[in-house]
Formats: sequence, structure tokens, C-alpha cells
Amino acid sequence: MKDFLRNAEHLIRVVVLLAVGLIAFLVIRRAVIPAEFGKYGHFRPAAMDDVRAKPVKFAGHDACESCHSDEADMKNKGPHAHVNCEACHGPLAKHADDPSALVPQLPDTAVLCARCHEANQAKPKSFPQVATANHSNGMPCNTCHKPHDPRIGG
Amino acid sequence: MSAKVSRRDLLIKSGKFILLTSAAAAAWDYVLEGRAEASPNYDVTQHWWAMIIDPEKCIGCGNCVRACEAENDVPSGFFRTWVERYHVEDADMEHPQVDSPNGGHDGFPEKYKDGGKTFFIPKLCNHCADSPCVQVCPVGATFVTPDGVVLVDQKYCLGCRYCIQACPYGCRFLNPKTNTADKCTLCYHRITKGLTTACAEACPTQARVLADLKNPKDPIHEFLRTHSVQVLKPQMATHAKVFYKNLDGSVR
Repeated sequence: MKDFLRNAEHLIRVVVLLAVGLIAFLVIRRAVIPAEFGKYGHFRPAAMDDVRAKPVKFAGHDACESCHSDEADMKNKGPHAHVNCEACHGPLAKHADDPSALVPQLPDTAVLCARCHEANQAKPKSFPQVATANHSNGMPCNTCHKPHDPRIGG
Repeated sequence: MSAKVSRRDLLIKSGKFILLTSAAAAAWDYVLEGRAEASPNYDVTQHWWAMIIDPEKCIGCGNCVRACEAENDVPSGFFRTWVERYHVEDADMEHPQVDSPNGGHDGFPEKYKDGGKTFFIPKLCNHCADSPCVQVCPVGATFVTPDGVVLVDQKYCLGCRYCIQACPYGCRFLNPKTNTADKCTLCYHRITKGLTTACAEACPTQARVLADLKNPKDPIHEFLRTHSVQVLKPQMATHAKVFYKNLDGSVR
């Protein structure tokens, strides 16, 4: 028996080393991989919460219309009914959170209107388009068209 | 040992101890998972997100591209969504001319004056249910959520770029600030709070509409029944969930 132990010493050493390695692997694996990993698939479910933690910049038209119902009513009876407020006024979640924190600037109609309504061959034919250079003699669009209801006399 | 603990005292004290430690353990679980921001009423199993795009309504104004940039802090020169202009000469559908100056961010200056067919195609991540980008990720950093959105785990991504090569639609890029893969999240931070995506919110013609295929009241069901729709590159069998209405055959 003594002889066997002496001769097998190199084997035992290897086995002990492997066992220590395996335990270290399991301990590190447990420490490094989150417990929930694999709950829905091969990924870390908390990553979904990381993405969801991002702040919202566009408040959404429901938030706008809860205060500015007069403007919304005017817009919703004209051809811009389906254009949401922040499509023209820009992202205003900060303003929706605290109206005094960010006061929206009035958009420049000369730039704003042309973004959509400048004539272009690729635009759908049914979409109202103008060549702005020879449409208004350089007058800003809102001289004749009120942006919330752009119909003349509307 | 003169002070003797009565059985009653012992029971009350041990009861309090167990109650407090279990409450602390439960709270700590939430701290560890970083769940402070999660909206408690959102159930991932009750949604299956998709998007409908109507190219016949797209006017190439670039509002979606600018809104996406503002909402998601997309670095300039990179795009989570972009708009392409297709120009197809008569009877040469195989060779459309496609351009997208700065992703359509600043609109499209007039380029084609004569014949042919010209139209805009908005593009974004197709949120494939069976996505090649998810299959190639070696570390599980890109995945399909239970509600059908393809996301990137910024903490796990190594920046190896396999997914960027794997995406058949060219929807991914390496974010130069974080050195991780970046792409459209379908505004996951918005849709899980009941809002629509930034691009759909900003689109003046409703050329893009967010849809929830698991919601029986969503108008998408009626829309899919009554219209001809197509996904991009159906031959790739990615089960894309961005549906294009009356898509022209030249679109790649």
C-alpha cells in the first residue's frame, strides 16, 4: 500500500490540481455570469432594462395635446391633422416634464415648410408640393398659410 | 448569566430577524439586477413588435432620421434609420440607381428630372425573429427579446463586428464612442412605456407605423389582411417584421 501511494503520487497531484482548477472555474463562473443569464435565451435579461433606462426625448402628441388642446383642435381639423406636434416643433419631453425648463423656439417656416413641401420628382404625386423659389416671392410661408391649418381662409 | 431570555422574547426577536433579512435580500436582488427604471406594468410576453412602412406615403423629408438621431444620440454620419431614393429606368428593374445623401438626414436635392420611376424607401432594423446577427454573436450580446425586438447588450459586446457583417440589410454599425455594435432598438425605451417610436412620432405622413402583432386590437391585423405587403430579402428567411406595403420589385 505504501509503495502504491508513493508510486501514485504524481497521479494524485494531477487529480488534486484538476479538482482545484474545476472548483476555481465553477466559483469564477458563478461570480461572473449573472444568475438570470439564459432566462429568455442566450443573453442577459438585465440588458433589456439597460436599454429601457434611456431617457425619452420626444414626449408624444398625447402629452402635448393634454395642455395645448386649442392648438391641437385647430391642427386636427385641417390637412395637417396627422402631423404630430413634435414633427415640426422638435423633441420636447423636457418641456412636457417641466414647461419652464425648456421653452420651445418657434420654428422658421421658410426652412420648416420646404423640408416636406419642396417639389421633388421622387415624392408621391398626390402630396402637395411647390417650387419654393418661385412660389412666394421670398415671403415667409406663414404670411399666407397658418402652419396649424395651412388652408387659405381655412 | 443572570439575564434570562424568555421563550416569548426569543420567538419575537428571531421572527423579526428572519423578516428583515428576507426583505433585505429581496430588495438587494432588484439592486443587483439594476431594475430601478423598469416599468412594472409592462409584460414582455404580451407583445410582439413590428412596423408597417408605406413607401407611397414617404416624402423623403428626413424627419425620421433626425428624430432618431435626437432620441438615441446616434453619432453623426451613422444611421439607425435612413431613407433611400430609388430611380428605376423603364424596363430595367434589375439596375435601380439608389442614393441616400447623408442617410436622407437633410432631405433629397432634386436629381432626376426625366422619365423613369423615382420613390423613397425608409429603412431600419427589420427586427428579424430569426436573425443572422443574433446567430453569429459569440458572447450573447445581441439577442431577440421575448417581445420580438433585436437589441445589443452594450456591457457584453466585444466590438468584434461579426454581427455587422452578418446583417443582410446593413442595419448595424460600430459606434465610434462606445466601440460596440449599435443599431435600431425600435425605441425599446419608448414602446415599453406605451409611446410609439421616435421615427413614427416624427413622420409627418404616417409612412411608418409601429404595430404589435400580439395585440388583437392593433389595426395591423386588418392592414395585413387587406393589403399586399412584402418584407425585404424574404429569400434570406430571416422572418423580418418590418412590412412594406406595395413594395416595388427593384428594392433590395
